[in-house]
Amino acid sequence: MTADKILFAFFAVLAIASAILMVTRRNIVHGAVFLITTLLATAGIFLQLQAEFLFVVQIILYVGGIMVLFVFVIMLVNLDVSLHMVQFNRQRFVAAALSLALGAQVFFALWAGRNSLRLPGGASLRLPAKNSEAIGDALFRHYMLPFEIASILLLVAMIGAVVMAKRRV
Amino acid sequence: MIHGILQTIAPFVIPVLCGVVIVAIFPLMAGYIVLLERKVMADMQARLGPMRVGPHGLLQPLADAFKLMLKEDIIPTHADWLLFWVAPVISVTMALVAFAALPIGPAFQIADINVGLLFVLGVSSLGIYGITLGGWASNSHYSLLGALRSAAQLVSYETAAVLGLVSALLLAGSLSMKEIVQAQADQGVWFLFVVPVGFFIYFVGSIAETNRAPFDLPEAESELVAGYMTEYSGFRWALYFLAEYANMVVVAAIATTLFLGGWLRPFPGSHQTLPGTSIELLDALPSILFFVVALYSLKLAPKQPVKVQKLVMLLVAGLCALLAAVMAAALFAPDPVKIGIHGAFWFLAKVGAYVYAFLWVRFTFPRYRFDQLMRLGWRFLIPLSLVNVIVVGSAIVVQQNWGWKHPLVSAIVTTLIMLGVAVFLAYDDDKHQAAIQAAGGE
Repeated sequence: MTADKILFAFFAVLAIASAILMVTRRNIVHGAVFLITTLLATAGIFLQLQAEFLFVVQIILYVGGIMVLFVFVIMLVNLDVSLHMVQFNRQRFVAAALSLALGAQVFFALWAGRNSLRLPGGASLRLPAKNSEAIGDALFRHYMLPFEIASILLLVAMIGAVVMAKRRV
Repeated sequence: MIHGILQTIAPFVIPVLCGVVIVAIFPLMAGYIVLLERKVMADMQARLGPMRVGPHGLLQPLADAFKLMLKEDIIPTHADWLLFWVAPVISVTMALVAFAALPIGPAFQIADINVGLLFVLGVSSLGIYGITLGGWASNSHYSLLGALRSAAQLVSYETAAVLGLVSALLLAGSLSMKEIVQAQADQGVWFLFVVPVGFFIYFVGSIAETNRAPFDLPEAESELVAGYMTEYSGFRWALYFLAEYANMVVVAAIATTLFLGGWLRPFPGSHQTLPGTSIELLDALPSILFFVVALYSLKLAPKQPVKVQKLVMLLVAGLCALLAAVMAAALFAPDPVKIGIHGAFWFLAKVGAYVYAFLWVRFTFPRYRFDQLMRLGWRFLIPLSLVNVIVVGSAIVVQQNWGWKHPLVSAIVTTLIMLGVAVFLAYDDDKHQAAIQAAGGE
């Protein structure tokens, strides 16, 4: 049990620390690297929750696919210019006040509901041993229509992007 | 007491030990794969290859390793030194982590994960960061161009390669590496013979993914010096090479597991026994093979011109005889030991054959141009693999519901359909190219 907690703490701290570093680094490639670390740490937390399918999909799709494209695009950007540009606008005091208010709200909500956060422990939490099959079942049997609608949406977005990028079709 | 402690810590210690063994042995193996590559290349070009260091150049890998470790580690000016240092390490680590889920025989697998195949694919696709970040951090145009090419190529061909794997996955019905091999044992046929088109797509895709010729655009020496590793020297450069060879072995192991029957021997369905014993005929194949090689080397030994070469030949003969004896002895061992040793032999033999095919392709085909590479990927392989998944899936449904019992019947039908699709795609692409050229180029 303690090993679990240590691992969780490791992944959580890694995720949060690299998320913070990602937004504070001025060099955009370093930012991308820290985003990758965040995604990997989140994948680790998925694995701890025995959601190995999500863990692998997170790595393949986000880290191995989308972030590769991000890095690809970033490398085409002229870095020297972006390093010296002012990347943040000057409303930082308003922003700080707003985020403090939001943080206080979230904290208050969690504090008010602290007694209802107990999850039912023990055997009822046991997941099916093969959760890739379970996810397939859920997606293609129970939520077939929403799944197909989502994929049509993605298809439309993809075709739209191609049409916009291409000068003559 | 001690027994109890051993039993508690065994699940933690044994995987670590296996991992340490693989990490310790693999660099040496990679060195010898390089030597093998140079020897095969020399053979195909009617040369001798490395001959100076040790008999027949057998100590060349060690000499290379020493040389690389003693070389100066140069960092270019204005390079991003941290990423420059870390990038090769990312490549190597990711390639070696993928070994954790590969089943080298039924007995030797570090972790049998139930999404094993996806894990291997995911982790090995992370190796691309080593290449792209290294190329970017070098602060050099050649490196950056190599890195960009590499990223584009990997994203394009990974899609096709993984869709090629899906056709075998449909047949296996599981993502666990062990169960995929088990499914081939149950159906009594390697999936190569059921979905040859899927295997072909994966073969081409895996060559492109490991950046090997004829798809070695990221390190095309006539255009980009050495691509993403132009600025690397010494040990970091060696790490990139180690990662490349580790990736080769990983893709070979994936292909072996999914298409070539993993640790199963050829004809897993036949159980013909040797007359008068309970030993199956085909189980004796490895020892017979080694024995024949041993005899052949013994025959060659006296004909060698130099004394050292004679000794080496005798040594090879002795080694093969020893291996033959081990394989034969394993036949009489209790079942887990027997299956473990023979499984490891067949697995490594198939991986070796696949890697040899890589080398063969490398020395046979000229390098693609970058636009040709993209065209082959996007206009031919990806549509072909998509159709392949649909056709194989329909064939499986037909087989399950209307019962063509023999899988090879549907294999022949699907393969014929796929060949038709391939011809159509190639014809369509030619027409497209002609249209572009008629319109005055792109």
